[in-house]
Amino acid sequence: MAYRFDFAPVFEHTDLLLAGAGFTLALTAVGAVLGIGLGVTGAVCRAWKLRPFDRMFGLYVEVIRNTPFLVQLFFIFFGLPALGVRMSEWQAAVLAMVVNLGAYSTEIIRAGIQATPRGQIEAAESLAMTRPQIFRHVVLRPALAKVWPALTSQVIIVMLGSAVCSQIATEELTFAANFIQSRNFRAFETYFVTTGMYFVMALAIRQLLVQLGQHYVVGRAR
Amino acid sequence: MMSAHTATRRPFLRSLCVLAAGIAVSAGLGLSDARADVLTDIQKAGTLRVAVPQDFPPFGSVGTDLKPRGYDIDMASLIAKELGVKIELIPVTSTNRIPYLTTGKADLVISSLGKNPDREKVIDFSDAYAPFFNGVFGPEDVKLTKAEELAGKTIGVTRGSVEDLELTKITPATATIKRFEDNNATISAYLTGQVQFVATGNVVAAAVNDMTKLRRLGSKFLIKNSPCYVGVAKGEAALATKVNAIIAKAKKDGSLNDIAQRWLHAPLPKDL
Repeated sequence: MAYRFDFAPVFEHTDLLLAGAGFTLALTAVGAVLGIGLGVTGAVCRAWKLRPFDRMFGLYVEVIRNTPFLVQLFFIFFGLPALGVRMSEWQAAVLAMVVNLGAYSTEIIRAGIQATPRGQIEAAESLAMTRPQIFRHVVLRPALAKVWPALTSQVIIVMLGSAVCSQIATEELTFAANFIQSRNFRAFETYFVTTGMYFVMALAIRQLLVQLGQHYVVGRAR
Repeated sequence: MMSAHTATRRPFLRSLCVLAAGIAVSAGLGLSDARADVLTDIQKAGTLRVAVPQDFPPFGSVGTDLKPRGYDIDMASLIAKELGVKIELIPVTSTNRIPYLTTGKADLVISSLGKNPDREKVIDFSDAYAPFFNGVFGPEDVKLTKAEELAGKTIGVTRGSVEDLELTKITPATATIKRFEDNNATISAYLTGQVQFVATGNVVAAAVNDMTKLRRLGSKFLIKNSPCYVGVAKGEAALATKVNAIIAKAKKDGSLNDIAQRWLHAPLPKDL
C-alpha cells in the first residue's frame, strides 16, 4: 500500500522542465506586453466613446470574457485553418493569450481612465499641454497607477492559464510535466515539482511587476 | 480438455469428461488423439460456432438491426460458407474469448485476436486474416515509406501512446513530433493541416476516413504490427488446415480484400 516517493525520475528531466518554464515565461512576456497594449487601445476607445471603435471593443470584451480560454485556443488552432489562417502552436498560444488579456485589461484600464476627473484634463489644456502630452501624463499614467495591482493579477492569471496551451502541443511547462509523467508515471512527484515551479514563477512575476510599476508607473504618476 | 467440447450439452457428462481430462492430463496422456476432431463434429452438426466481438468496431459491433456486424462477422460467415455449414455467432468480450475456445463452447475464435507466446501455449492460430497495426498516416499523394524520411517533417501523435513511445525511438532528430493530449486533438491537428502526418492505429484511421472526407488518411509505413488470426483449439490440426486453406483462397480470389475495403476502407496489405 505504502507509496514510495521517488523524485529522481523527475529530476532526470530537469532540462525539459526548465525549457518548459522558460517557454511559459516567454509566452507570458510577449502576451503581457501585446495584451496590455491592446487593452490600452481598447480602454481609450471605450472611455472616450470613439465611434465605431467603442462598440467594436465592447463586443470583443463581452465575447472574450464570457467564453472559456481553452475554447478560444481551440478555435484559433483548429478552427481558423478552415478559413485558411494556419499558425504554429506557439503563435496560436500567444495570439490566444493576447486576445484574452486584451479583453480583461481593456475593462481594467477603462476603469482607471474613467476615474480621472474631467477637470484635470481641462487644467492640462489650460496649461497649453499638447494632446499627446495630456494623454501620456494626465490620462494614461495616473490611470495605470490606479489599476496596476489589478493588472498584475491579470497577467499572473494569464501565465497560469497558459498551462492549457499544452493541449495543442505547445511545449511549455505543463506540456513538459505531462510528457515526463507519460514516460515515468510518477504523477505525484512530477506535478508536485511543477506546482512548485509555477508558484515560484508567479511570485517572481508579481515582484517584477511591482518593481516595474513603482519605477515607471506609480512613482511618476504623483 | 478436448473432450469438453461435445460435453457442453450435458452438464453431467461434462463434469465426467472434465474429470477424465484431469486424470488424463495428470497421467501424462493426451485424450485429443482418441477423439473425433472438431472439423468432423462441425460437419456432422451442420453449424459452425464462432466467438465474435460485439464491442469493437469495425471488427465487430451491433448494427441498427441489433445484429452483429463487422470484419470478424464477415470473416466468420465466409468460413461457414466455404465449409458448407450454418453459422452460429457467439458474442464474446476480449477477456473471455479464449476461454470460450478452450472450454469447447466455440469452434473458432474470430475476434481480432493477436498472436503472442502466452496465447500460443493454450490455443493454435491460423494464418493472419486481418491487418491490425500502428503506423504513420498522411495524405495519399505524399510519398513516405520509412521513418528516416520523416526528417524535417512534422508529425502528430497522442502523448504517451504506444505510437508515441515507438516513434520517439525511430524518427530522426530533425523530425518534429507534436504530442497532443488525446486522440481527438491528434486527429484534428491532421485534419486541419496543423501537422503533415499522424501516427495512429489503422482502425482509428479507418473510422476517421469513414466519418470525414476533410483530409484522407493514407497508410504510409508500419510502426508496430499485430495482425489478427483465427483461434483454433489446441491440436485441432484438421480444422486449422481447413481454415488456412479457406483464408488462402479468400486472399487469392479477392473476397478477403472486399471485406477489408468494406470495413477498413483500405486494401489488404500485400504482406499479410
